[in-house]
Amino acid sequence: MDLTPATALPKLLAAAWLLPLASFVVILFIGKRLGPHGKWAGYVASGAIVSAFLLSFTAMFIVWLPNHELPVAHHGDHHEEGDHYDAPAGADHHHDSAMIGEPAPLASHAATDSPFQLVALQEESHADEHAAAEGHAANPPPTYYFGDWYALGQFGNLKLTIGYYIDALTVTMFCMVTLIASCVHIYATGYMHDELHDPYHDHEVIVHGHHLSRPGRFHRFFQYLSLFCFSMLGIVIAGNVAMVFVFWELVGICSYFLIGFYFERHSASTAANKAFIVNRVGDFGMLIGMMALWASLGTFAFGDKQDAKGQTLLTDSGAIAEPGIFSQLRTAENGYRLVPPASMIAEETRQQPAIEAEDAAAGKAGHWLLLVAGVGIFCGCVGKSAQFPLHVWLPDAMEGPTPVSALVHSATMVAAGVYLVGRFYPAFSPEALLVIAIIGCITLSLAATIAITATDIKRVLAYSTVSQLGYMMLALGLGGWIAGLFHLITHAFFKSLLFMCSGSVIHAVHTNDMTEMGGLRKKMPITAYTMLIGCLAIIGAGVPLTPIGFSGYFSKDSIIEQAWSHAQTNGGGYWIFLVMAVLGASMTAFYMFRLWFMTFTGAPRDHHKYDHAHESPRVMTWPLILLATFAIAVAWPAFNLTRVLEQAQPVGTAAGGSGMLIDDLVVPAEHLSHAPDIKLRAGLAAFGSALIGVFGAAVVYLWGYLNPNEIKQTFKPVYTLLWNKWYFDQLYNVLFIRPALFIGKQIALFDRGVIDWFLHSCAWVCRGVAGIFSTVFDRTLVDGTVNTLANWTWDFGLLLRNLQTGNLRQYVFFIVTGTVFMFVTASVVRFFAFS
Amino acid sequence: MTISLLANLLTEPPGPAHYMTVGAVMFVCGAMCMATKRNALGVLMGIELVLNGANLNFIAFGSKYLNNGGPDLGLDAPLIALFVIVLAAAEAAVALAIALNFYNNHDSIDVDRADQLQG
Repeated sequence: MDLTPATALPKLLAAAWLLPLASFVVILFIGKRLGPHGKWAGYVASGAIVSAFLLSFTAMFIVWLPNHELPVAHHGDHHEEGDHYDAPAGADHHHDSAMIGEPAPLASHAATDSPFQLVALQEESHADEHAAAEGHAANPPPTYYFGDWYALGQFGNLKLTIGYYIDALTVTMFCMVTLIASCVHIYATGYMHDELHDPYHDHEVIVHGHHLSRPGRFHRFFQYLSLFCFSMLGIVIAGNVAMVFVFWELVGICSYFLIGFYFERHSASTAANKAFIVNRVGDFGMLIGMMALWASLGTFAFGDKQDAKGQTLLTDSGAIAEPGIFSQLRTAENGYRLVPPASMIAEETRQQPAIEAEDAAAGKAGHWLLLVAGVGIFCGCVGKSAQFPLHVWLPDAMEGPTPVSALVHSATMVAAGVYLVGRFYPAFSPEALLVIAIIGCITLSLAATIAITATDIKRVLAYSTVSQLGYMMLALGLGGWIAGLFHLITHAFFKSLLFMCSGSVIHAVHTNDMTEMGGLRKKMPITAYTMLIGCLAIIGAGVPLTPIGFSGYFSKDSIIEQAWSHAQTNGGGYWIFLVMAVLGASMTAFYMFRLWFMTFTGAPRDHHKYDHAHESPRVMTWPLILLATFAIAVAWPAFNLTRVLEQAQPVGTAAGGSGMLIDDLVVPAEHLSHAPDIKLRAGLAAFGSALIGVFGAAVVYLWGYLNPNEIKQTFKPVYTLLWNKWYFDQLYNVLFIRPALFIGKQIALFDRGVIDWFLHSCAWVCRGVAGIFSTVFDRTLVDGTVNTLANWTWDFGLLLRNLQTGNLRQYVFFIVTGTVFMFVTASVVRFFAFS
Repeated sequence: MTISLLANLLTEPPGPAHYMTVGAVMFVCGAMCMATKRNALGVLMGIELVLNGANLNFIAFGSKYLNNGGPDLGLDAPLIALFVIVLAAAEAAVALAIALNFYNNHDSIDVDRADQLQG
């Protein structure tokens, strides 16, 4: 088999991508007939996703890694001078530099009068111990394979295609998504066994005074799950924004199906609607962003057109033949810095010589457009990744079955938003990144506070997800591209683990309420200890200043380091990002261990449920153990996850950037956050805050020195505020839902009163006119003519009837006179005609 | 014109025109007889007159003596006349049968009473 990346990767990943679709189609058509009650549908779906996982791993370990040399390690404690991006791994990037040309000469960097000059200067001043800032001016474009499978349409130069963009991030995401989805599928074959019964009794729905009985929907569940995986992989492999949007919506509809899986329950159908509608709000912004890009750049493609060998196509003059978004925004001539191309600056602005003189003023228009495009795309991510202010749907999405929550919250839907921010990173201007950071910061602190008071085990985890997604957005917004996506990957493992553990607990005690649990550690040890691993991973447990720890330790520390670096560079109000990140870490530790202590330690609060509890079957515990292994080890430096991600680091972002509209905003280069002093302080801060959180939880819930109820009473107003989730649902109810209903009612009144009235009047007039036509024209004129003709014919017939006398002599007389008459006539005519 | 035509007849030697005149007179008499007679047998006689008036024409046109060597109908003319006589005989047989039947039904052969075919 040909294992050249350019030919093998698209094939392998397309197969991995399409397998879940095949499984979806099979279950769609013959799902019910697959074994008793559709039992084999679970095997079909699991088989498809496990095969996809094997293909993804083949792509990663047999095709990608042997062919793409990892960048030189410079992460870790021993940050050495001169260990920088200025020496990109040669083999990795050889053709990029060959094809696109050498990165801009360093001299031109200082010579240009662009705002980026400022960055260079500030970098120098802020990072004394680092090499000269010019060294980080640019990293070349990462290696990627870009191409089209199918052209949907072409409008002049604008092309819409189904294509692929495969880089290290794509391959990593494929491995992560398929691995977690495989675990979830296998786990779900056990978890969903109730649905194999016909009829299934839903105890939460009362119909006519009885529990609802319905046919089991086992096969349906796996059908949706397959489509969900297909859609998510579609987003990951997508080669252009339009294709992302298509699969974005497919993910949305799958989440709608799965959250509303128990659609007979009112809460489930409402939650499904809410998730769908809230996401539409975000997608609206995304469409605006896409329009801004389409109209100004004339393309949706991420990458440049490549030939069969994966090399960029060039025109005869050496320019890129069909440049994608990224290479239009970050050209080699500009040293891969983000500069709005001429097409983003309004025509009239370009042509006015007066303004041309003032480059800054002319550039501003393009910068605003870039900001609109960036924030617009980010709006879609806000919806999908449940960021403030669209975070309200995610906790409600807990109405879906727990395996769905595990998948949605770790590998698919909410990850899609963070992934897209990462994928789209080269197009985000520093101001757009600031917006992302602010939204992420608000989200992470808001959700963490709510999680502290929640008692529903799944909702605690849901708010925890929202908070962690906030972390990722914060990291991305502060310039920590690798940190954000690193956390996305590690979080996926421990969050799916936590959700599946909570599902195992719910499976055992049949309740979500933590106040009815307690002491379950002895009854279900595997669940308890794998969940403990998940908790330790999410709080970032590790030995500070050493590379020993759970996966979260590495990713969260790198986020805090980035926040520290950003705060140090910018100073002033930007410290709030760091403070909130550290406080958030503390809260994370508190609520996670509150959850664990309340569920697994102490005395059982509900003895009936405790006695009933049991460890889950092996089909559910094995995925837990597997995921726990990954939750511990996936981020270990030995596995090079960050270095693989670094291979995909967007072009030009290693140099950071500075504000275009806000002059003193600087996005620090990511490697600056690995400076020893920042690393030391950030590591200790993260460790300390986590320790405080765990200690606090232990004081209240493990050792019982403080009574939670007394604390509730003491901080009653705060507690009520948090218990009601900051009243966001109520606020939206007043702000949007009620006005919408009110306006709707007014429009309905207008519809009935004015439009209907008008239409009815029109109809009445039409009927009147038609009536007049009917009587005057049709009945009188047309009918009259026809009747008259008929009467004439009748009368003529009667007249002729009189001739038929039956009198022989008369006939003879007629014949004779007739003959004579004809003879005379003929003679006369002949006489006059020929004489 | 009519006067001069009659005068020519009187002065000319006998030719087809004379026969045609006699035939025409016979034809008109027959027709008048058919139109005025109420007796069915009278009507039949009128028919005979009409047919024989026409036959006279054929015979006149067929005679080479009358035509002075000009174009004539030759033997065809007497044959057509013979056919007409045969047809007249057949027709008279049928008509007499009708008349007899009519008489049986109505005790009369008045054609004015045979008006059942009126519309």
